Amino acid sequence: MGIRLEKAWMDLNSEIIDSLPAQLGVYHVANSDETVLSIGYAGAGHLFGMRTALEEELDLHGSQATKFRFEFTANYRSRWDELLMLHLHDFGQLPSHQQAEQSRVGRLSPD
Amino acid sequence: MDFSLTEEQQLIVDTTRRFVQSEIIPLEDHLDPDAGSLEPADHDRLVDTTKSMGFYGLDIPEQYGGPGLDTTTRALMAIEMSQHRAGLYNPCYGVFGGAGLAQLYEATDDQKERWLYPTLKGEKKGCFALTEPSGGSDPARAIQTRGIKDGSEWILSGSKLYISGADKADYALIFARTSDDPGRNGVTAFIVDTDTPGFHVRRVVHTLRATHYATELQFDEMRVPEENILGEVNGGFAIANDRLSRQRIPYAAGCIGPAIRAQEMSIDWAKSRETFGSPLAEKQAIQWMVVDNEIDIRHARYCVLEAAQKADSGERFRTEAAMAKLVATEASSRVIDRCIQIHGGVGVTKDLPLERWYRELRIRRVGEGPSEVQRLIMARDILGGSFK
Repeated sequence: MGIRLEKAWMDLNSEIIDSLPAQLGVYHVANSDETVLSIGYAGAGHLFGMRTALEEELDLHGSQATKFRFEFTANYRSRWDELLMLHLHDFGQLPSHQQAEQSRVGRLSPD
Repeated sequence: MDFSLTEEQQLIVDTTRRFVQSEIIPLEDHLDPDAGSLEPADHDRLVDTTKSMGFYGLDIPEQYGGPGLDTTTRALMAIEMSQHRAGLYNPCYGVFGGAGLAQLYEATDDQKERWLYPTLKGEKKGCFALTEPSGGSDPARAIQTRGIKDGSEWILSGSKLYISGADKADYALIFARTSDDPGRNGVTAFIVDTDTPGFHVRRVVHTLRATHYATELQFDEMRVPEENILGEVNGGFAIANDRLSRQRIPYAAGCIGPAIRAQEMSIDWAKSRETFGSPLAEKQAIQWMVVDNEIDIRHARYCVLEAAQKADSGERFRTEAAMAKLVATEASSRVIDRCIQIHGGVGVTKDLPLERWYRELRIRRVGEGPSEVQRLIMARDILGGSFK
């Protein structure tokens, strides 16, 4: 089983978000070049799970955020940490607004 | 045995309980239900508080600056510290400090300078790497990681599984087979810096603990200096085993806190929730569950305190520690299960901590030696005649 989140990108807009189940999980949000802007999770604190979390991403990034991909999982906390570590391994740093997480997360050498 | 608390123990228990209720639970109300840490500012503030209380670094021996608590008092604190949502695996979110790897107190002076003291100061983190894909319950025979001597160095190759904290650790205590002896006499403990070439954290292993993960490690011809050996060559298993025995009492005590809290929640719920015209508390089915909970909680508490008192008095306590671990993990699991049943639908939601305790307690019956191994330990003592 691959550990990276490599599902196909979907368009990020309110209509698509509203069609999602209000589940817990993790996601990538990206710009039109598929550069990851956010690695996030929809937790139990999000009123409508994935929908609420992605709406918050739209509010944060505005028109820059045009794509997303996601994975439903009840283990959203540990899976989120794993995705942060993988991104750090692959790109050397986390997305700019998540740099503060860099000192918290661990390191992986998956390859 | 006399399980009454001394005046000092009662004061410590009351203080800890107040701390959990007034400092931890209000913060927890604002965290994700599966959170494993506080906001850094809150954490630092509460560490200052526990330091001012004289309770920081609970498990650090007195000669290294710890508060010098006996096992009984430490167990009583563990019961109190775990009475919140994250309490089972993150009692008070670590604001009482850690002790580092207990094995390092047996290290050489040079090793203490390099790893123990920086750990106690919070400058370094270590991890304990014993279990392998080939098995965990019988580590002495399961260890296949090899250590081969090459001049003044050892070359380690192999893998480890279910290792906590390796991705964030500065060093690891790694157990490797260093002789042809297939059992416990052929294992050596090495202290290895995690930036050593050949040390790899290959993957995250997700578990029922949603907030926390284990890791899988791989060692590719990792060269480790001879001075990094902890203890004697081929004497490593005694070091590992000592940890496994000593850990059982506080590990067991920590399981009782969530059970106590869940029982309190269930009593409140049963008194206030009405079905078929009367409170749940008036239904015999509920009454019996509450009574069975109380029996389980008291049984677990007595077993833990008996093991702790024997440890404190210098008596042999291996059987009692195994019994405490077995009873506390299994009894607390039953309590949480019944409490979910009493609460009904809301019991399985993330609105309450019951579902988190239910998941995490399931791991407790496997971790630090599964129930079957605890029975094996007790059977050896009872049938072997050393238990009188």
